[in-house]
Amino acid sequence: MLRVENIDVYYGAIHALKDFSLEVEEGEIVTLIGANGAGKSTSLKTISGLIRPKNGIITFNGHNITQTPAQEIVRMGLSQVPEGRRIFANLSVLENLEMGAYLRQDKRGIKQTLEKVFDRFPRLRERIHQQAGTLSGGEQQMLAIGRALMSQPKLLLLDEPSMGLAPILVKEIFSIIKEINEAGTTILLVEQNANMALSVAHRAYVLETGRIVSSGAAKELAESEQIKKAYLGG
Amino acid sequence: MKHKNILIGILLIALYLAVYAAIGTGLIAPYYQVNLYLMGINIIAAVSLNLIVGFTGQLALGHAGFMAVGAYVSAVLTLKLGQPFLPAILAGAVCAFVIGIIIGLPTLRLTGDYLAIATLGFGEIIRGLLVNIDYVGGAAGINGIPKLTNWTWLYLFTLLTVFSIKNFVNSTHGRACIAIRDNELAAETMGINTTYYKVLAFSIGAFFAGIAGALYAHYFFLIQPATFSFMKSFDALVMVVFGGLGSITGSIIAAMAVTFMNAALINFGSLRMIIYALLLVIIMVFRPQGLMGTKEFTLKHLFRVKEGGSS
Ligand SMILES: Nc1ncnc2c1ncn2[C@@H]1O[C@H](COP(=O)(O)OP(=O)(O)O)[C@@H](O)[C@H]1O
Ligand SMILES: [Mg+2]
Repeated sequence: MLRVENIDVYYGAIHALKDFSLEVEEGEIVTLIGANGAGKSTSLKTISGLIRPKNGIITFNGHNITQTPAQEIVRMGLSQVPEGRRIFANLSVLENLEMGAYLRQDKRGIKQTLEKVFDRFPRLRERIHQQAGTLSGGEQQMLAIGRALMSQPKLLLLDEPSMGLAPILVKEIFSIIKEINEAGTTILLVEQNANMALSVAHRAYVLETGRIVSSGAAKELAESEQIKKAYLGG
Repeated sequence: MKHKNILIGILLIALYLAVYAAIGTGLIAPYYQVNLYLMGINIIAAVSLNLIVGFTGQLALGHAGFMAVGAYVSAVLTLKLGQPFLPAILAGAVCAFVIGIIIGLPTLRLTGDYLAIATLGFGEIIRGLLVNIDYVGGAAGINGIPKLTNWTWLYLFTLLTVFSIKNFVNSTHGRACIAIRDNELAAETMGINTTYYKVLAFSIGAFFAGIAGALYAHYFFLIQPATFSFMKSFDALVMVVFGGLGSITGSIIAAMAVTFMNAALINFGSLRMIIYALLLVIIMVFRPQGLMGTKEFTLKHLFRVKEGGSS
């Protein structure tokens, strides 16, 4: 479904991604784990078309999207939940979700998707007219994911959804991610929280200072001594 | 909802008629009328700048430059080319709009504070240009501009500005602008063309600044490059920050308050700037979000006060 082949990304003189390759098959949850500053966000931004690689090719569902404008990529069914303060704080919950359907024209379809999102996140329905900035951290993360679902993505990119959340909320978010995947959305999950990420993912890649250093089935990586030492605190 | 709109309509017409009568009967002495006009012009400048800085989150420091464009273009049209007032105002505004696009496109494409630097430069370049164009009087400026700005024009254009920007802000386009301000990266990931909206907000703001300039020129009948110095841009920015980034009614209240304050401090000369700066610091310390924050002042507030605070 998604194939990233040998891309190099620079910020001026900083070589942020080095000969980076990755593949996501339809129906999978693939995780990309790595320490702070490894280049995880950079890889998602590059796939979304927000940053351009110097060389290499990115294909999505057979289309070369290496130079495709970001809007077109969203339209093709690839949506990203960015890291950090992810929501539009001054818009209401509903307005945030409507923004997620920004590129869609089918009013009735949007309404249906909205209902689905509210079914998945009942807490958002209760706070439909609340200003998003006043939601709790976990609710904001749910809103950010719900907003991304509003564009009906085939592939969902998640940038550190566990960041800044209490452990119990992290669990909840990850089980939601699993549900979304089981409902038919392919997921590329970027995480520092390797434990959680490896527990939900099918396959995983490990990124170190811009380079993929290992990859394989998530279960196997979780058992590997090297990974345990470096990322799982064991 | 309907009732509310009718009520607002009646209030606005009543305000217009009341001031009209007050001017006609001499209740507002000519000296004070200057402040009335400045108030309207400042409201237009502040609300339009708020669209750029407050709602879209792009720091622009050259609003006076766009006022200069509107002032000079309209003055040349009425005084030198004998055109009627309305087309002259609109021509000034359209020129400011186009220049807004020309400046906005290359700078708003980039993230960072390029716009602040570019608009700062633009304000100075416009002045430099005007000083060197003999056709518009050089440093001496244009004198004897017909005094065409009357209360009716001022009121109409102030309302037009406020309601156009209010409608824009409440539309999908406006929400896209707010989304960009709140989180540009997230807005981009929604498929929002951020450059387009930043340039759109910036040039719409420039358009209305052009109107403010045209009204100014045709009230004070003398315009000089020095009239539109950085201080004027700064004044507008102070009003926006003072009123609340992202609050239209905040900008209106702040524009009125600052106009009042300037009138009251007029005899203090350069001390005015010190008091001004002090006030800014005080506001920033005690109310960093401005008077209104991002909230709007509505009729409900008014009634709440009347009902003795119950709601
Ligand atoms: N806009 C930028 N300009 C310059 N360097 C950047 C920029 N964004 C990220 N970097 C650098 O690129 C590297 C990878 O960053 P990032 O992709 O954010 O890492 P991660 O998401 O894994 O924490 C880091 O060294 C970071 O300092
Ligand atoms: Mg990151």
